[in-house]
Amino acid sequence: MEETLTFVTLTLAATLRVATPLVLCAMGGLFSEKSGIIDVGLEGKMLMAAFFAAATASLTGSAWAGVVAAIVAAEALALLHGFACITHRGNQVVSGIALNILAAGLTVVLGTAWFARGGQTPPLNDGERLKPIFFPVAGDNVLVYVALLSVPFTWWLIARTRFGLRLRAVGEMPLAVDAAGVSVAWLRYRAVLLCGLFSGLAGAYLSIAQNAGFSRDMTAGQGFIALAAIIFGKWRPFPAFGACLVFGLLDAVAIRLQGVKVPGIGEVPVQLIQALPYLLTLFLLAGFIGNAVAPKAAGVPYEKEH
Amino acid sequence: MQSLTAAAAAIELRGIDKSFGAVHAVRGVSLAIPRGSITGIVGENGAGKSTLMSILYGLYRADAGQILIDDRPVDMASPRDAIAHGIGMVHQHFMLVDTFTVLENLVLGAEGGPLLAGGFAAARAELTRLGQEYGLTVDPDARIADLSVGEQQRVEILKVLFRGARMLILDEPSAVLTPQETDRLFEILKSLRARGVTVVLITHKLREIMAVADRVIVMRQGAVVAERRTTETSTGELAELMVGRKIRLDLDKAPAVHGQTMLAARDLSLVDRRGVRLLNGVDLELRAGEIVGIAGVSGNGQTELLQVLSGIRPPTAGQLEVCGRVIDPAHPIDPAEMRALGLAHVPEDRLRQGLVAAFEASETSILGYQDQPPYCRNHLLDVPAVDKHCAELMRRFDVRPQTPGLRSSHFSGGNQQKLILAREMSRLPKVLLVGQPTRGVDIGAIEFIHRELVKSRDVGCAILVVSVELEEILSLADRILVMSGGRIIGEVAADQADERVLGRMMADA
Ligand SMILES: Nc1ncnc2c1ncn2[C@@H]1O[C@H](COP(=O)(O)OP(=O)(O)OP(=O)(O)O)[C@@H](O)[C@H]1O
Ligand SMILES: [Mg+2]
Repeated sequence: MEETLTFVTLTLAATLRVATPLVLCAMGGLFSEKSGIIDVGLEGKMLMAAFFAAATASLTGSAWAGVVAAIVAAEALALLHGFACITHRGNQVVSGIALNILAAGLTVVLGTAWFARGGQTPPLNDGERLKPIFFPVAGDNVLVYVALLSVPFTWWLIARTRFGLRLRAVGEMPLAVDAAGVSVAWLRYRAVLLCGLFSGLAGAYLSIAQNAGFSRDMTAGQGFIALAAIIFGKWRPFPAFGACLVFGLLDAVAIRLQGVKVPGIGEVPVQLIQALPYLLTLFLLAGFIGNAVAPKAAGVPYEKEH
Repeated sequence: MQSLTAAAAAIELRGIDKSFGAVHAVRGVSLAIPRGSITGIVGENGAGKSTLMSILYGLYRADAGQILIDDRPVDMASPRDAIAHGIGMVHQHFMLVDTFTVLENLVLGAEGGPLLAGGFAAARAELTRLGQEYGLTVDPDARIADLSVGEQQRVEILKVLFRGARMLILDEPSAVLTPQETDRLFEILKSLRARGVTVVLITHKLREIMAVADRVIVMRQGAVVAERRTTETSTGELAELMVGRKIRLDLDKAPAVHGQTMLAARDLSLVDRRGVRLLNGVDLELRAGEIVGIAGVSGNGQTELLQVLSGIRPPTAGQLEVCGRVIDPAHPIDPAEMRALGLAHVPEDRLRQGLVAAFEASETSILGYQDQPPYCRNHLLDVPAVDKHCAELMRRFDVRPQTPGLRSSHFSGGNQQKLILAREMSRLPKVLLVGQPTRGVDIGAIEFIHRELVKSRDVGCAILVVSVELEEILSLADRILVMSGGRIIGEVAADQADERVLGRMMADA
């Protein structure tokens, strides 16, 4: 009995730990998508942020300096995305993919050049990491709480504020926003910057909270999982949060089940469980998500003389 | 150009010029609009009226020229500047967010603070006040997508009033309104004028200009060609100034020669997801060689009737027979099959259902027929054939500019309509459903479209026309059905109907 309880508690804690970067990333992506800017570059932003967080923490010895560096790095990519898609009306998907490739390459090149460890940053000691606040076993560092708070915050900002109203409008019908005397470009830039902020935090979490250092490609597709969570959540914060938790749970279970023999089945192949989030994504995308809920102007550059 | 009135100009334009690529849309326009007046602007489709107003509102930038507000030169770089100078605009194509509620649309851009709650409360109060003052009522919590075009228009006007504009530009506001709604709008405009508001009104309906405006400016091919006081001109003169020739709107058509029944609806009903009864037992028969007109205040089921008859929505109950095929809830049909049966449909809402804004005109000209020869061979589009077809349609229907490669959204409203009509009529359908055939179309083109419809009728096409313009119904139709509350409440032969008879039937419903 007690064993089951521990198992459940530990699995839940693990779920939260794994879901944290997904939640942060998903909330960031939500802002961008709501404004009509598709962001497939979440992955790249998170990776770049993770690298700069670890590198800075290692060089300065301060975890907080690492967090700041992560945000700056992610914002730089976010601005690049904005410059390409908002100012120059480029294709948003292409720009996002380009950022992912850029981040994958740059982190390794810089890592190798600076630390000569095959793309990794030096392992961080405890002082250079964000540490658990209340429950050491649960790993409840500050970013976990930030992630939990980011959900109601995002909901409130989108549903209850002037900024949110305009954000929703610009994703649906930018022309109406323009005609109302509000700058479409500035709104979208702010959305993209918010996205940079959150994906920066997600990246910092990966390398200086959950792990003790950066390793190449350490995001491993989590940016895309976050994107899937946004879609499952039909572009709404709380349902997207729920989707992140489900993905987190699957992952946590996968880790727990490693090497465990299930009666009657034998050892469950880890690969199968690791593939579950992706299978679930395909399954849900194919069958359960209506497509009428995406912001109507998503992916469409705004041209004044339409 | 010197103004006709001595009153100070609220708005003055000097030498405004604007080209879109090769299209010279506005050519050196100078005009002055006196404060506290109602000024009408008329002109053919594509004359540049909307473009000129978009420049004044800061949506487009002029290539040359100057804008003066209250005698001071101003830089209209964006609508923000226009709004700051007290200009409000009701656009020809609505600027509403479909998924938003009326209230959300109302406050967008004028939220009154960083948090919405306070702004919403104030807007609600203001909405009630405006509703009482002008008789403009809408449900503040209704979603725009669920409103009729007439109601959406009302929201647009409320948006401008809500911002307290001192100068009001309306681009074809009455195109989508019923005569009663139009009268109400004009009352509003007059009371605004009495409060010193300057109104600019673009319309194709010359009688409206005569009824409500103080002065009228006539544009042709991007230039101002005349300016008159309404007391010193007539609709005839204005029409001639606009098109450069005499216009005859009275159709002398031969009596209808009825053929066999092409479309029959029996007890057709439509209930939406929320359980609202939109169509309520509609019986209808349409025979080859006749034009049946459906009159009624908009929002009484006409839109839904067209949707069901064209196969866009299946009926919830009842039966429909089109060219020999029976359609009922158990045997639905889709618009493509309808088209194959020989039914063509010119939808009321041309921007959303008639064309794809981003498509080239040539693509719009075959939309729905793209898989048929000669446009399509072996699953490939024959682009030269499509272009040739489009150029031919443009010539026949006088669509301007005659450029098949231009994006559909770059055509003026009236020209888009002509292109869609051309597409549907050129297929020589057996049944033709037309919603608001001449909405936003200039009088020269109305004359033309009406004649084409009668020609189609005379070669045996069965035509159903839905229009909020009683005059149009009266001159086109052989039989008139009056719709109200989702049902057909009466039928009159055209030769026994006039506006008063129809008006009374609609009012009694
Ligand atoms: N964005 C654009 N790009 C290219 N051409 C355009 C654009 N907008 C308008 N035009 C062209 O400019 C001309 C003037 O158009 P405008 O919409 O001002 O006409 P209008 O007088 O309002 O006509 P209507 O009565 O049909 O609304 C037309 O020939 C139109 O095709
Ligand atoms: Mg126009």
